[in-house]
This record gives sequence, structure tokens and C-alpha cells, in this order.
Amino acid sequence: MIHQFGIHDILYLLSGAGWTLILSAVTMIGGGMIGFCVALMRISSSHVLHGIAVVYIELIQSTPVLMVVFLVYFGPGIFGIELPKFPAAALALVVYSSAFFAEIWRGAIQSVPRPQWEASSALALTWLQQLRYVILPQAVRVSLPPTVGFMVQVVKNTSVTSIVGFVDVSRAGQLISNATFQPFRVYLWVAAIYFVICYPMSVISRRIERKFNVRR
Amino acid sequence: MSMPVVSLKGITKSYGTIQVLRDVSLDVEAGEVVAVIGRSGSGKSTMLRCINGLESIQGGTITVAGHVVTQTAKQLRELRREVGMVFQSFNLFPHLTVEQNISLAPRIAKKMAAEQARGIACRVLEQVGLSEKIDAYPQQLSGGQQQRVAIARSLAMEPKVMLFDEVTSALDPELTGEVLKVMEQLAERGMTMVVVTHEMGFARHVADNVVFMHKGTVWEQGTAEVFFDSPRTPELQQFLRSSKVK
Ligand SMILES: Nc1ncnc2c1ncn2[C@@H]1O[C@H](COP(=O)(O)OP(=O)(O)OP(=O)(O)O)[C@@H](O)[C@H]1O
Ligand SMILES: [Mg+2]
Repeated sequence: MIHQFGIHDILYLLSGAGWTLILSAVTMIGGGMIGFCVALMRISSSHVLHGIAVVYIELIQSTPVLMVVFLVYFGPGIFGIELPKFPAAALALVVYSSAFFAEIWRGAIQSVPRPQWEASSALALTWLQQLRYVILPQAVRVSLPPTVGFMVQVVKNTSVTSIVGFVDVSRAGQLISNATFQPFRVYLWVAAIYFVICYPMSVISRRIERKFNVRR
Repeated sequence: MSMPVVSLKGITKSYGTIQVLRDVSLDVEAGEVVAVIGRSGSGKSTMLRCINGLESIQGGTITVAGHVVTQTAKQLRELRREVGMVFQSFNLFPHLTVEQNISLAPRIAKKMAAEQARGIACRVLEQVGLSEKIDAYPQQLSGGQQQRVAIARSLAMEPKVMLFDEVTSALDPELTGEVLKVMEQLAERGMTMVVVTHEMGFARHVADNVVFMHKGTVWEQGTAEVFFDSPRTPELQQFLRSSKVK
């Protein structure tokens, strides 16, 4: 049973890393889209939409990500539905991250001075046109650092899904470590893989930021 | 008699329990320049902002170029195509070039082709004397230049009336002249204008009519000469004295 840490273990880790990447991407895209809508609801003048958004954000932000994963994974069981591991993991992380994306972007949108709204509405733009052409381009600049920062968190947070047996790079590491009894070496690899995924994100973010600043 | 371009009848407006406008009535004829003066807090900005629906009113009616100012979003937009507004703080869009600032609304709100919008941008920039700044970003311009671009941006919508809210108050004294000159030229070209201002010289020499706002209402109004040379109410007399001292 016990074997030496070797090339096939590394390949196994890399396949786990692949799943980590896929799960991260799905989380960012899904969570980003829902989060964007929730952010818009949060700033809308409709009390109903605003209220729903506030409750959604508050509820999710005060729940540990682990609980969200459990609830999504085990919840459907009550109705006799069993979600496969990947959709369950993805759904949980999408929901969880959407609340944070929503808050980051709401803050960015609200950081654009009110007179920008007034000037653009005085020019007969619709609310959506104001957002699209005047507010969001300015908000994006503000939101970029926290957004990328949170995306790095998303990559790292995917590891919680290993608790329900989803084999991401952390779970793969755990399995190999159990089989090889070389936890330090294994987890060093796992940590290196996370670094290789996350570091370029920060670098790219800094690049974009600098580009924005030059153009200003 | 022709219909006034702007007509306010018995406007009331409160913020919570504080009444800011009480029974304000005012007519502005086509081609007329009306200067609005008055103490801080007398409701000048609020009145101006009601004219293009940036603030809602509780009572009275406002008609602008045949539109009744209501609160449905669509009607408000139709109205705002006819009303230009220039703010004290310029409020240019910092992420857009001068040309983009100007052509945005014609392209988006009026669905104008890019070529045509650019043509308009060139024309209005020439009008405010800033043709060479067409590709600059707002933060590369002086305050006076920014304000002139803001005026050009409003002009690009070909409004029937333009509202100015203390547009020189944020400027260094040596820059107010260039903005006032542009406004004076606009007036000469027959633009209908409502100008909230502390510039008594402008009110006296450019405006056809002057309005003194006091305690949320139109306290006294008249032609520029009568208004400044023989003010009737003690409040206006005192206001004119105190602003001459300054
Ligand atoms: N959003 C608001 N909420 C509550 N009160 C307001 C608001 N805006 C203005 N007010 C109040 O309404 C009154 C009139 O304000 P307004 O800005 O119209 O005065 P103004 O004549 O333009 O003064 P200034 O010369 O200082 O610009 C003031 O007492 C002001 O405090
Ligand atoms: Mg004011």
C-alpha cells in the first residue's frame, strides 16, 4: 500500500490542480455574474430589490464557506436528490462568492461621485446607459485590486470542497500523503501549485492597474 | 404672446419637514437670459434642479419646451434632451476624452452616428474656443477649460434652454472671465438661459431679467436696470449692498 512519492503522484496532483482550476473558473464566472446582478439590485432605487440583495449578502457573508458547502451538498438529500460532487461544490462556491463580488462591486460603484450620476442623467441617459458608459468604467478601476484579491481567495477557498470528497489539488494531496507517508514533501508540492496559480493573478492585476493609471 | 420656454407655476418643495421652495412662479421666454441671485440656502439650486427633474416637487407645475415635468423616467429623458445643465463642479466624465464627453449623449441618447456626433463635438468645441483640446482628458485641462467643455457638452444636445448653477464659483478668479465670455456669446446667439450666479456684473449686463430668491421664493424680479438701480424690497436692497461691499 505504502509507496514512494513519484511521478504518478505528481500527475495525480496535477489532475487535482486541473479540477481546482475548473472549479475556480466556474466560481468566478458564475459568482461574478450573480454578484454583478446582486450589486445592481443593491444600488437600485427599488426597495424590494434592494432589500432582497441586502438579505442575500448579509446571510451568505455571515455563513462560513464550509457551511455553505455542506448545505448545498446535503440539502437536496432531504428531497431525495443527490447532487454529484462537482455541481454541488461549484454551486456552493458560486453562491458564496457571489455575495462577496456583490459587495466589492457595490462599493466600487458607490465610490463614483454622485454628481457623475446627475450629470449623465441631465444628459438624458437611461439608468443602464449611465451605468454602462459613465459609472462602471470608473468603478472598474476602483474594483480591480479587491476583485483580483478576492479571486485569489476563491482559488484557495476551493480546497474546502474536499470535505465532501471532491478531488481538487488539496484533496489529491491528502490522498497521496496518506498513501506515501511523506506529507511534508506532498504538501510542499500542493502549496507550490497554489502559488503557481495565484501569483500570476496578482501580477496581471498590477499590470492592468498600471495601464489604467497611465491612461488617466 | 408666445409660450414661455420655461414656466414654473406655484412650485413647492420640501426636504422632509423643511420647506425649501414656496410658491415659486417664473416664466422664461425664448431667447431670454434670466439671472437668479440670492443668499446661500435661498433655494436657487433647488429651483434650477427642479426644472430638469433632478429634484421632484410636491406642488405646482413646471413646463419646459412643451413638456410637463413629471417623474416617469421616459418623460424625464425626453425633457432632458431639451434642457442643458452646467454644474458648479463641472462634472466631466474623467475616463473619457473631451470629444467622448461631448459626443456621448448625442450618440447614446439621440442614437446619432459616430461621424455626425464627432462633427457636432468639433462645432461646439469651436464655439467655446477649445478646438485644440478635443483629444485631451479632463484632468489635463484647467478649471476654466473644463467648465467650457462642460458647456460644450450641454450644447451638443442642442437644448432649447440651458441652466447654469454657479458655474464660475469653483474657479480661480482669473479663470471666471473666459467662462463668462462663453456664456455671454451664447446669450448673444439667442440661447434661452437661466443663470444662478454671484457675478453681479454678468447679471446686470448680460441678463434680460434678474430674479432675487429669498426664503425659498421669488422675492423680487425685474429687468436688469430696474432691478439693480431701484430695488423695491428692503431685503433686496440689503442684499445688493452687501454684495457690492464684497
Ligand atoms: N438634499 C437635501 N436635503 C435636505 N436639505 C437640502 C438638500 N439640498 C438642499 N437642502 C436645503 O435646501 C435649502 C436650499 O438649498 P439650495 O442649494 O437650493 O440653496 P442655494 O440658494 O443654491 O444656496 P447656495 O448659494 O449655497 O448654493 C438649504 O437650506 C439647504 O440646506
Ligand atoms: Mg446652490
